[in-house]
Amino acid sequence: MRAYKPKGNVQAKPYYTDRYWKAPQVAKFDVESDEVFSADLAAIKSKFDVKEAFIQVEQMTVWINPSDIYEVLEFMRDELEYTQLSEMSAIDFLEQRDEFEIFYQMLSMSKRKRIRIKYSIKNGQAVDSISKLFRCADWSEREMYDMFGIEANGHEFMKRILMPYDWQGHPLLKTYPLQGDEFAAWYEVDKIYGKEARDIIGPELRDTAQVDRYDSERFARLGHEVPKGMDPDVEENKDKTQSYQEDGGVFMIKKLDKESSKVIDDPQR
Amino acid sequence: MAQHKINYTQDGGLPVALTSIDKIVNWGRSNSLWALTYGLACCGIEMMASGASRYDFDRFGTIFRASPRQADVMIVAGTLTKKHAEFIKRLYDQMTEPRWVISMGSCANTGGMFNTYATVQGADRIIPVDLYLPGCAPRPETLQYGVMLLQKKIRANKAGRAQKAKRLM
Repeated sequence: MRAYKPKGNVQAKPYYTDRYWKAPQVAKFDVESDEVFSADLAAIKSKFDVKEAFIQVEQMTVWINPSDIYEVLEFMRDELEYTQLSEMSAIDFLEQRDEFEIFYQMLSMSKRKRIRIKYSIKNGQAVDSISKLFRCADWSEREMYDMFGIEANGHEFMKRILMPYDWQGHPLLKTYPLQGDEFAAWYEVDKIYGKEARDIIGPELRDTAQVDRYDSERFARLGHEVPKGMDPDVEENKDKTQSYQEDGGVFMIKKLDKESSKVIDDPQR
Repeated sequence: MAQHKINYTQDGGLPVALTSIDKIVNWGRSNSLWALTYGLACCGIEMMASGASRYDFDRFGTIFRASPRQADVMIVAGTLTKKHAEFIKRLYDQMTEPRWVISMGSCANTGGMFNTYATVQGADRIIPVDLYLPGCAPRPETLQYGVMLLQKKIRANKAGRAQKAKRLM
């Protein structure tokens, strides 16, 4: 028998699917094609276990073991002249492999080369902090914790950096909804007014396409202010348009006369 | 020594003006709307431009103050994040009555293009807003026109009546 496929939403399915489509990949090159990189890789390989190494877009990517990260970066900084940590963070591959990829982008100003150190950890594992090696990793590791929930062992101040301290959830996870979960939707109301204010203030209006037909009456148009509830487009309401100042003027203030005022409409003035 | 004698009733240019208490109080209030410096994002740049010499907010008596205790109007200029929401409420509470709030630009009005987890969807979820300015970002002319409308709103009210404290709830 054939395997059963649910046919409930057969209408919603796209008509055509390309079974032979493969996601485009950036071309990988052998490390031997570059002298500097092959020398660097040989130096790293002599001390540490390297799982995989290749060149992509003129940068070398080196996969290592998670436990070696501090020593590898220290070795690269002190021996191989990769003195700068440009960037570090994590990538969420929880759905595919239940793991995170952690990357460290290193830059050598003297060699004019960039190397990306990578390793993967399982969900829930912690990484080793490198903030003692590079001061810039201090905030990057805090951001990694904030956005993904990956803690860095040995970090001095392992707290959130972007979101408030009492936030729940890690927003850069693929499972986190863009418009926020229940906690995020009521965060400011709960914090300032308390949970009992939810009914009074009401839920957030998230539908960007919603049109409220009363908005044209509730809100005036700039330069065409009419009394509340009046339509400024109707011909007999044209002369009811409110001017900025009251009729008769204000004490010691000259009334604005639109006819005698000069309108500057030349953008090149 | 010269004798200086001023005859106040000599000509029509009297240094005396007769008016009502309402008008003089509202005249004072509406023409010295000191704004709380509250630039949160790119709208803040337009707000700064309004204060600088080309647009010159001082013509309207609007001077930016860095303290909520000395400010009459809070111009919420920019994206209000959820992290910042408690501070805008605190600063609003620190302003003395009577006080007004201008919500400047799409982000402060409705959250704007930031339909995300981290942005408050409209400053009026936190504090009561008197005036919503459309635009992304509104030009300085729009902000100045908005302040002029707020002046008109102030003048339309009785100054002597007990100020009802504005509360969202």
